[in-house]
Amino acid sequence: MSAAIEVKGLRKVYLGKKNGDKIAVDGIDLRVELGEIFAILGPNGAGKTTTVEILEGYRDRDSGEVLVLGVDPGNLQNQDLTWRNRIGIVLQSTEDAADLTVAETVHHFSYYYSNPKDADQVIDAVGLAEKRNAKIRTLSGGQRRRLDVALGIIGSPEILFLDEPTTGFDPEARRAFWELILQLQNEGTTILLTTHYLDEAEALANRVAVINNGRILEISTPGNLGGRNNAKARITWIGDGSREEIFTDEPTEEVKKLAAKFNGEIPELTVTRPTLEEIYLSMINVEAN
Amino acid sequence: MKGILRIGWLRGGIEIKQFARQRESVVFTLLFPVMLLFIFGSVFKDKIAPGVTFSQYFVAGMIASGLVNTGFQQLAITIPMERDFGTLKRLRGTPMSPISYFIGKVIVVTASMLVQVALLLAFGTLLFGLNLPVSAALWLRFLWLVVLGSICSTILGIAFSSVPKSGRGASAVVSPIVIVLQFFSGVFFLFSSLPKWMQDFASFFPLRWLTLGMRSVFLPDNFAAKETGHSWQTNTTVLVLVAWIVVGTIISARTFKWSDR
Repeated sequence: MSAAIEVKGLRKVYLGKKNGDKIAVDGIDLRVELGEIFAILGPNGAGKTTTVEILEGYRDRDSGEVLVLGVDPGNLQNQDLTWRNRIGIVLQSTEDAADLTVAETVHHFSYYYSNPKDADQVIDAVGLAEKRNAKIRTLSGGQRRRLDVALGIIGSPEILFLDEPTTGFDPEARRAFWELILQLQNEGTTILLTTHYLDEAEALANRVAVINNGRILEISTPGNLGGRNNAKARITWIGDGSREEIFTDEPTEEVKKLAAKFNGEIPELTVTRPTLEEIYLSMINVEAN
Repeated sequence: MKGILRIGWLRGGIEIKQFARQRESVVFTLLFPVMLLFIFGSVFKDKIAPGVTFSQYFVAGMIASGLVNTGFQQLAITIPMERDFGTLKRLRGTPMSPISYFIGKVIVVTASMLVQVALLLAFGTLLFGLNLPVSAALWLRFLWLVVLGSICSTILGIAFSSVPKSGRGASAVVSPIVIVLQFFSGVFFLFSSLPKWMQDFASFFPLRWLTLGMRSVFLPDNFAAKETGHSWQTNTTVLVLVAWIVVGTIISARTFKWSDR
């Protein structure tokens, strides 16, 4: 079966006048399967947006092979509009069409696509029902972002690109957004997501790629990234008035021993495994040193 | 995808809505020329030839500038803003054809231009003794001047939209050009009374020919003798406008940018 996205040896260099050339993407390989939610994690300037914009057909690449839905976005020629009919894009930030209402904008964009979703249902789905007749300029940052998402999904895309979609969302809106994305996946949409939020990647992604300095450090499931599944558990408690900790592969055994030692409750016991965030930061920091 | 023309038509509707809801654009694009007409028309009432007042001369020039305001100026300012805001980039990511986008622009320019010309004609005839053309031939000439002039103005606006570095700075780049051309092209002063170098410079650009064309419609035919070429030079007007349309189209096709990077 063919993949939704296939990238081999992707490279992109920005020619700089003052500071010399900057290698934004330095040989990336990845493959996103149909129906998958794939997250790209990485610090600012790691090459996330450049990579995604090449996949979206916004940027040229210097070398490498790219196929999105079997089409090369760097060489669309007369397939341009039929290909764009099959993808949805949520860009990092836009502040356009400020004098139109939410409903006018979503309805208008629905006319661009051959198989659009129902505009009113999309407005409801992104949680803008109460704002449907509000001018865009009156929306808050989070509401505007939800409108961006509405415009990204209105065309029933086969692949949805989301570039840091929940920036500026409050926690409740973020949860609602995650629900929406998982529902899109259930309907068969492939989703490529870049994010700063590790909890977001963990909640949504089937697989994540960590990139830094234009290179992929690892591609894995959120649970297995950086050997997280094999990492030792950390046990802490209060013994003799100060916090003590041990790292172990057998936390249950250790807790049993501690319970026996304290003869009942272990003071302020915690048993944790490294969070995705800790794994991610250690990967980025190793890279930095 | 679905009919390029139909989407273009729908974009026209959206563009007009946005235009009409922006108070600045309505005031700046539509009312400012009327205000100028009122001020200049009230101040300069001298006769410049038997049966011709400067206000009449000025109204003809303002109608020509109206085409430049609603097309060139409006587009050369709003397109860079749309580029800054990411409007263009977002549109480029959809299956909307670029042709539809430009059709939408042509529609909003045409709509605001019609309002503009109607306002200027109404104020000109009511307050400043502008005589509407009497013959069908003159109306016909007026029609093709408006059509050709607005096509030219629209295309040059699109071509020029790649020049301003940012949306915020666009009006600072565009407005002075328009104002200087208005001074040089015989809108605020009699063209024949301008220094020769100014006349020569202006003759490269469409506005000078549009003002001449509009005078040929609204001023008595014998006023042609007072023009620099001692005639209305209709052929030259057509030639210059068509040449700029061709040049503007080539530049637009080569330089139009959907995003600032």
